Amino acid sequence: MLLVLIEQNGSKLGKAGRIAISAALSAKETHGYESVVGVLLGGSGTAEAAKEASKYGLDKIVYLEDPSLANYLAGTYSSILIDAANNLEAKAVMSLSGTTGKDMMPRVAQALDAGQSSDTLEFLPNRQYRRPMYAGNVIADIELTTERQVVTVRSTAFDAAVEQGECPVENLDLKVESDSQQQFVSFDSVDSERPELTEAEAVVSGGRALKSEENFKEYIEPLADKLGAAIGASRAAVDSGYAPNDWQVGQTGKVVAPNLYIAIGISGAIQHLAGMKDSKTIVAINKDAEAPIFEIADYGLVADLFDVLPELTEKL
Amino acid sequence: MKKILVPVKRVPDYETKIKVKPDGSGIQTDGIKWIVNPFDEIAVEEAVRLKEKLGEVEITVVSIGPSDSTEQIRTGLAMGADKGVLVLSEAEIDSDTAARTLEQVFKKEQFDLVLMGKQAIDSDANQTGQLLAASLGLPQATFASKLNVADDWSTAEVTREVDGGLETLKVSLPAVVTTDLRLNEPRYPSLPGIVKAKKKPLEEISISELGVDLTSKVKILKVAPPADRKAGIIVDSVDQLVDKLKNEAKVL
Ligand SMILES: Cc1cc2nc3c(=O)[nH]c(=O)nc-3n(C[C@H](O)[C@H](O)[C@H](O)COP(=O)(O)OP(=O)(O)OC[C@H]3O[C@@H](n4cnc5c(N)ncnc54)[C@H](O)[C@@H]3O)c2cc1C
Repeated sequence: MLLVLIEQNGSKLGKAGRIAISAALSAKETHGYESVVGVLLGGSGTAEAAKEASKYGLDKIVYLEDPSLANYLAGTYSSILIDAANNLEAKAVMSLSGTTGKDMMPRVAQALDAGQSSDTLEFLPNRQYRRPMYAGNVIADIELTTERQVVTVRSTAFDAAVEQGECPVENLDLKVESDSQQQFVSFDSVDSERPELTEAEAVVSGGRALKSEENFKEYIEPLADKLGAAIGASRAAVDSGYAPNDWQVGQTGKVVAPNLYIAIGISGAIQHLAGMKDSKTIVAINKDAEAPIFEIADYGLVADLFDVLPELTEKL
Repeated sequence: MKKILVPVKRVPDYETKIKVKPDGSGIQTDGIKWIVNPFDEIAVEEAVRLKEKLGEVEITVVSIGPSDSTEQIRTGLAMGADKGVLVLSEAEIDSDTAARTLEQVFKKEQFDLVLMGKQAIDSDANQTGQLLAASLGLPQATFASKLNVADDWSTAEVTREVDGGLETLKVSLPAVVTTDLRLNEPRYPSLPGIVKAKKKPLEEISISELGVDLTSKVKILKVAPPADRKAGIIVDSVDQLVDKLKNEAKVL
């Protein structure tokens, strides 16, 4: 049995949840698990999200709804997942490789004496995994030599699951033991009406060339609004305080693969490309004709962004 | 005296264009410049700042790898760490083996804080800190962009860069904290720092002496370059760009 952590969005399943399900179904088929159980953990609304998650082709959904789970903590969440994996005799445990999965899954691997495949792109026959290394410049086929296996998957590598049948939903019969070593203090969220960066159909990203937070507002936002796009940023833009950390695209930020990615005033360092080069159509606007971003862009415009962005926004 | 442990990994420079060997057995290492994993450098910097602020702190940098890794340890010492430990291993070290080795290093002398990079830019696995915290039974705070250690070293408050924003946690010490890019900007080692580093103690132990089982849980079977992405065209105006997006790429 494969146990997959489904990260809901409040009382809704959300696209990330549907991607986790489809990745698990892909593992089931390729790696030959007899069943897949989805697990949801959280505060209020979790039961409702669990009900919704039962419609996408898994064999069973288990959930734990508890006020003390409203804020994620690695210690608490991983110990529940470990107990669930042991009680249900899971052979493998999986999650997406967002910051939650990255944070907690190695703890699960340690407890289960399992090897872990991080940021998995594909499940290969014979229980092998394909994953990126060196900022995506190397694609490795790996094997985990352990009996039990832990996997995090890159969400852009899998399509969201579609509705099919319905499976039983059960309450996880586990006590939540809060972790005395870790205490939640606060969460400062980036509120946005825009689509989630990793889920958006279009992404408009700005780099160091934007020069200020105000310019992100004045030049990037109207274009993103026009396209219904999410906004991304290079590390340089985040480091300089022009954009929040949640917007960083790249090797060590978020990986995106939208239909349309527009890179504005971004040079195209390997670390940035690692996070966006699987986008379908890439547009680059940069005043330096030699910028490496043009080597991977489908359409390049050599121009000063401050001259052309208002025109582009208007003509779309 | 409070003690901080900072693991540093020897990795190819981040500006190197990594190439795969034709037979798919690994990467081409000829002519590569080796550096301290950038996230580990941030961890060293943070430890040195804590020492500067709170005094009475001893910083140990540890590297696991071939003897050349002394270069990376010396960099940490030149930045201000106090002593180095090289755990010699010629074998490829995966995240799990690294964590089990660090576990032994930690247990030998007990530390009040482990500060380490959130990921190594070669294997990109993002596992070692969490594995170490779990095996030592210590709390973890990953992806740190701010770290405040209480005066009495009983707790630390850590701001973490996570999906959706910034989360702040309080953890009891000892703890494992992994660094993100915004935690600080590492200093360049000064010339006097480099000179001093040569006289700082650097202990060498072999990984087998530490009693670490070298059985790897992850086997790399073969590596390949990613699929190529061809360069497209340069358009000469906004009008042409809009036209291409509408009529050729059909993304509008
Ligand atoms: C460990 C590590 C991890 C990293 N992780 C990431 C990551 O996840 N994501 C990431 O993005 N980077 C990452 N980086 C940083 C990366 O190496 C680059 O430094 C960064 O991507 C550069 O950002 P940039 O393109 O905005 O800035 P620059 O490289 O400075 O490029 C700015 C570009 O803007 C152009 N420009 C300037 N003015 C104008 C104008 N008026 N109009 C049009 N164009 C203009 C310039 O020609 C230039 O090409 C990482 C680096 C390290 C060491």
